[in-house]
Amino acid sequence: MRFRLELIAFSAVALLALILFIQNAAVGIRNEGEEAWGGTDTAAASIIEGSGYTPWFEPLWEPPSGEIETLLFTLQAAAGSVVIGYFFGYYRGKKGA
Amino acid sequence: MHIMEGFLPSPWWELWFVVSLPLIILGLHRLKEISDMRRDAIPLLAVAGAFIFVLSSLKLPSVTGSCSHPTGTGLAAILFGPVVTPVLCLIVLLYQALFLAHGGITTLGANLFSMGIAGPMVGYSVYRLGCRVGANTYMTVFLAAALADVGTYLVTSAQLALAFPAAEGGVIASLAVFGGIFALTQVPLAVIEGIVVALIFKYIISLRADILVKLDVLTKGRADALREAAE
Repeated sequence: MRFRLELIAFSAVALLALILFIQNAAVGIRNEGEEAWGGTDTAAASIIEGSGYTPWFEPLWEPPSGEIETLLFTLQAAAGSVVIGYFFGYYRGKKGA
Repeated sequence: MHIMEGFLPSPWWELWFVVSLPLIILGLHRLKEISDMRRDAIPLLAVAGAFIFVLSSLKLPSVTGSCSHPTGTGLAAILFGPVVTPVLCLIVLLYQALFLAHGGITTLGANLFSMGIAGPMVGYSVYRLGCRVGANTYMTVFLAAALADVGTYLVTSAQLALAFPAAEGGVIASLAVFGGIFALTQVPLAVIEGIVVALIFKYIISLRADILVKLDVLTKGRADALREAAE
């Protein structure tokens, strides 16, 4: 079938989204007081800090707010997408010519 | 993921720099070879690098109740091998360390080893093995990309476990704790990443299978058969 892989990809994402939707309520209850759906790196960092370790070096610069952090992550994804789209379009156009 | 700034004590952070440096030098050398002799592969190199950019910026929720991001290194490892991939990763890791306080400069060596070297080596080996035994190409690509992703996080867990052995049970107990945080969260995301890479691979085959043959990613006969199936 021509679009089999596309179909598999779509189903897998939909399935994960469904599981997350159902699970969201449970996670909210379990992590009371804490932010649910935090990053794994934060989880690991808090375990390490819990053992009495203090990081010996601070990041040189930190995004001043969550919004700006999101902006920079989005820019990263957007820049990558432009490059992928550009070259796939270039190949596609050349092939059709 | 990425080990955060300042979170690896001496001598571990120095050690990972020393381990990663030779591969970066080798990778830069190989990159120059590609840009001199394989000019038609350069767009594909850009796509592979951009793919790492996109995937490693997506922090996705996973079934364990926390978020993590895929690595996206599987594609580069399959197309260009485990020597070039670390250089592409270095760009992403530097961007995230400098502008996002995600990962860090002192932990760059360790993060480069897990994401740029160990994971891609797993992915590349799986891909080559799958080709040799004649497995379905898309299945092989899926497995290679997914295992490169999980491999990266297993290595990150091991790096942290080595630096922070538990008071009771030592490195092994610590590995179980970090592995539980990183690797478990990563499995569903790795599955998604594997499927997406297989999909991208299909598009590359239908557009420029000839480059894949030149890069020794596919044999001529295999590429022709796959292209016919995709059309």
